[in-house]
Amino acid sequence: MMDVPWNDFFPLLWEGLKVTVEVAVLSALAAMVLSLVIGLCRVSKFKTVRIISQICAEVFRGLPLLVLLFWVYFALPFLGIEFDKVTSAVVAIGLNYGAFGSEIVRSAILAVPNGQSEAARALNFSPLQRMIYIILPQAALRMLPPFGNLMIELIKGTSLIYFITLSDLTYQALILRNNFLNMTPYIFLLLLLIYFVLSSFVSVTVRLLERKLAAGRL
Amino acid sequence: MWNWDYAWSILPDLIAALKTTFWATFGGFIFAAIGGLMLALLGRSPIWIIRAINRLIIEFIRSTPLLVQLFFLYFYILPTMFPTAPTALVSGIIGLGLHYSTYMSEVYRSGIDAVPKGQWEAAKALNFPRSKTWTSIILPQALPPTLPVMGNYLIVIFKETPLLSAITLVEVLTTAKNAISVSYRPFEAYTLVGVIFLIISYMFSLLVRMMEIRLNREQSASSGTDSPSKPQSGGKARLNKEVKQQA
Repeated sequence: MMDVPWNDFFPLLWEGLKVTVEVAVLSALAAMVLSLVIGLCRVSKFKTVRIISQICAEVFRGLPLLVLLFWVYFALPFLGIEFDKVTSAVVAIGLNYGAFGSEIVRSAILAVPNGQSEAARALNFSPLQRMIYIILPQAALRMLPPFGNLMIELIKGTSLIYFITLSDLTYQALILRNNFLNMTPYIFLLLLLIYFVLSSFVSVTVRLLERKLAAGRL
Repeated sequence: MWNWDYAWSILPDLIAALKTTFWATFGGFIFAAIGGLMLALLGRSPIWIIRAINRLIIEFIRSTPLLVQLFFLYFYILPTMFPTAPTALVSGIIGLGLHYSTYMSEVYRSGIDAVPKGQWEAAKALNFPRSKTWTSIILPQALPPTLPVMGNYLIVIFKETPLLSAITLVEVLTTAKNAISVSYRPFEAYTLVGVIFLIISYMFSLLVRMMEIRLNREQSASSGTDSPSKPQSGGKARLNKEVKQQA
């Protein structure tokens, strides 16, 4: 085994990890808020709201994330809207995964049995109360596993911010590779392993959360 | 702000570059379809070690970014494996194929799981060897319901092809970048790329939806004559759910 200069690797990768986690957390929040908003609009009783939200979801889902990211970062300034790198990344990733998430929210809401909504109406709940106290808590349990998968996809997606020269994990690893060309396989394996640990962290958290939320329910 | 003359002038180049994108898409898809089937079959192996390793490989590839895998393949694995380093297109096809074969294997798995247990037992009762059970009993029933999900993965792979610009493949996004490096006008170029991707992925998705409707009709017709209890409906419902989640 060659002696691998791990001590030179870690400081740079640590800096990269911080950027990756920052962008991942911010865009995960953006994606979740967006998917809830678009998802709720898609089950609205007004037809126009439903159609507009569906078009939004289709557009941001049909665009490749990288193209969306380039568009937000390079093309939007021509319309007078200029974001810094982190904001561009969060906007693009949030929109893309939010559009996917809206589908999860919509199908989870539709999957709650109709009787629940009817019972709430019979008990004189207002539409808002019905959604907050009856429908959403039951839908949340259904949303959890697909949302966990979506968050893993999102973490993987953050590697694309390397293209707009944000110094995330992937970016730092490529710099390391330039400095230690003969260490290429170790650098990439370590990089893959870090991403694997990040994703596993999400999937374990989701599993724990699922168990906690499912307690006391059928 | 938006310059139509400039937009029209770069459009032919972008459309021409779609050819490379399509090669990468279909090559990656075929690789993933075959690789996914092999992974799914390995996942059903009677030897537990093989099943465990198979599971680990699938989990690892699925939870790490395609971009990093592409870099690893293109810069290290493929050049050391082959005497002459494969081109960017071939590397891209291998990368896309490897990554999505792990997703496809799950699709096959749900298709195989949806085949009623009685079919296995019948094959055993008729003394079919293991290979024959797969090729003439299980797979012909397991594969057709997975087609719409596979179609969705074709769209997903198509949308991942811009990543191949990172390993120097000249596809649509790279072509746009090259045009921008001359004109310094990213607005038109990137908007056009976005519109091209939207139109094509939307057309693909309409095709998949048509296929799904047709398949549902066929299946409800055949199960109507077979038995009223519809043994395959559970599996199909699960598949449909998967379609919705991943579309």
